[in-house]
Amino acid sequence: MYAQMVETGVKTVKDRSEMGAEEQAFMARIDEESKIEPQDWMPDAYRKTLVRQISQHAHSEIIGMQPEGNWLTRAPTIKRKLQLAAKIQDECGHGQYLYSAAETLGVGRDELLDQLHTGKAKYSSIFNYPTLNWADMGAVGWLVDGAAIVNQVILQRTSYGPYSRAMVRICKEESFHQRQGYEILLTMMEKGTQAQKDMVQDAINRLWWPSLMMFGPNDDSSPNTAQSLEWKIKRKTNDELRQMFIDQTIPQLEVLGCTAPDPDLKWNEATGHYDFGEINWEEFFNVIKGNGPCNKQRLAKKVNAHEQGAWVREAAMAHATKQQAKAAAKVA
Amino acid sequence: MSTADWPLFEVFIRSRHGLSHKHVGSVHAVDATNALENARELYTRRNEGTSIWVVPSNTITASAPEQKDALFTSPVDKIYRHPSFYELPAAVDKM
Ligand SMILES: [Fe+2]
Ligand SMILES: [Fe+2]
Repeated sequence: MYAQMVETGVKTVKDRSEMGAEEQAFMARIDEESKIEPQDWMPDAYRKTLVRQISQHAHSEIIGMQPEGNWLTRAPTIKRKLQLAAKIQDECGHGQYLYSAAETLGVGRDELLDQLHTGKAKYSSIFNYPTLNWADMGAVGWLVDGAAIVNQVILQRTSYGPYSRAMVRICKEESFHQRQGYEILLTMMEKGTQAQKDMVQDAINRLWWPSLMMFGPNDDSSPNTAQSLEWKIKRKTNDELRQMFIDQTIPQLEVLGCTAPDPDLKWNEATGHYDFGEINWEEFFNVIKGNGPCNKQRLAKKVNAHEQGAWVREAAMAHATKQQAKAAAKVA
Repeated sequence: MSTADWPLFEVFIRSRHGLSHKHVGSVHAVDATNALENARELYTRRNEGTSIWVVPSNTITASAPEQKDALFTSPVDKIYRHPSFYELPAAVDKM
C-alpha cells in the first residue's frame, strides 16, 4: 500500500453513544455507504487522517518516478523507452490527482510539498530501494504496481468522495503499468540469454520482500487500522491485502518460471491461501525511519528539482500577471 | 522553501460528442490558457475527451450541505411531476 502507517490520532475507537449528534449523523452516512463530500461536516480526526493518507499516497506516486526514471536513458529499445516514459508520466498524474483530492480538505499544495521536502511527511518504503538492472523495470511494474493495484482497487470504495474518484481514475491506468512490467520479464525469460534470465531472478529476489512490506505492518502492530476501518477510509486490513496480493502473484511467478526468495512459501490446502515466511520488520521500520538504501538520495533529488524549478514557476506567474495587466489596459 | 500555490482551476471534460462536460478534477495554473494546457496533460492522456473547460475554482458558488433539505426534499412530495403518477388504461400506457 502506498500509505503504510497512517496515524489517526485516535487511541481507541469511540462508541456511538459517546458521540454528539453531528458525529452520529456522520457515522450513519458512513454506515450506509454514502460518500462524504468536501463541504460536509466531518470529525476533525477524520479530516486529518485523510490528509495524511492521501498526501502520503500522492508523495509515493511522485517519489516513485525516481527508481524508474533511473533507467529511462538506458532502456534497451526505443519502444521500451516510450512505454517507460508513458508509465512514469502516469505516476506523476496520479500524484496530481491525489494532491487535488487532498486540497479539497483545506490544505494547500505548497504546504503538502513542504511536508515532503522537510521529511515530515512519509512516502512508501518501496521507493527507497535502488533499481540495479533493466529487469528491475519489469519487476517494479509487475510487483510494485501489482501491490499498489490490490490496495487501490479496494480504495475505490473509500468513504471520502474525492479520494474515491481519484482511485477510480488511477485504477483505469494501472493495469497498463503492471502488464508492461510483466511483459519485460516474460520477454527476458523467453528470449533472453542465461545472463538476462539471471537478472530477472535477481530482480525478483531483491524486490520481493520490499513489495510485501508495501502493505504496512502486521495487523496486530497496526493500532490505527481499527479506526480507519470504522471510518471506511480503509476497507481491508494490511494482512488481508498482503494475502490477496500473494495469492494472485504466485501463479504469475510460476508462468515466468522464477521463484520467490522465501523457503516458507507454500500452498495451504486447508486455508485456500499461500503460507509465507515472516517479513523482516526491523528492515521495514528502519526504511520507514529514513535509513533505507536510497532515502536520502530520493529526497535530495526531489528537493533539488523543486528548488531548481523555482525560477520557471516564478517566470510563468510573472508572465501571466503581465498579460493580465496588458489585457486590462486594453479594456480601459 | 515554499512558493505560493498558483491559482486553482476546476476542469470539465466532454468525453464524446453529444455528451455534457463533466467535472473531472482540478489543476493549478498561472492563468486560464495554462490551465487548459495542464488539464490536457493531466486528464486526457488516453483520448478521454473532445473538449475541455477550465473555470477558476474561486468563481464557483456551491449550495451548502445544510440547505440540502430546503433545496432538494420538496420535489419528493410532488410525485405528480413524475409520469408514473398518472394511471392510464393498459392500451395507451406506453405513452
Ligand atoms: Fe500510480
Ligand atoms: Fe503505476
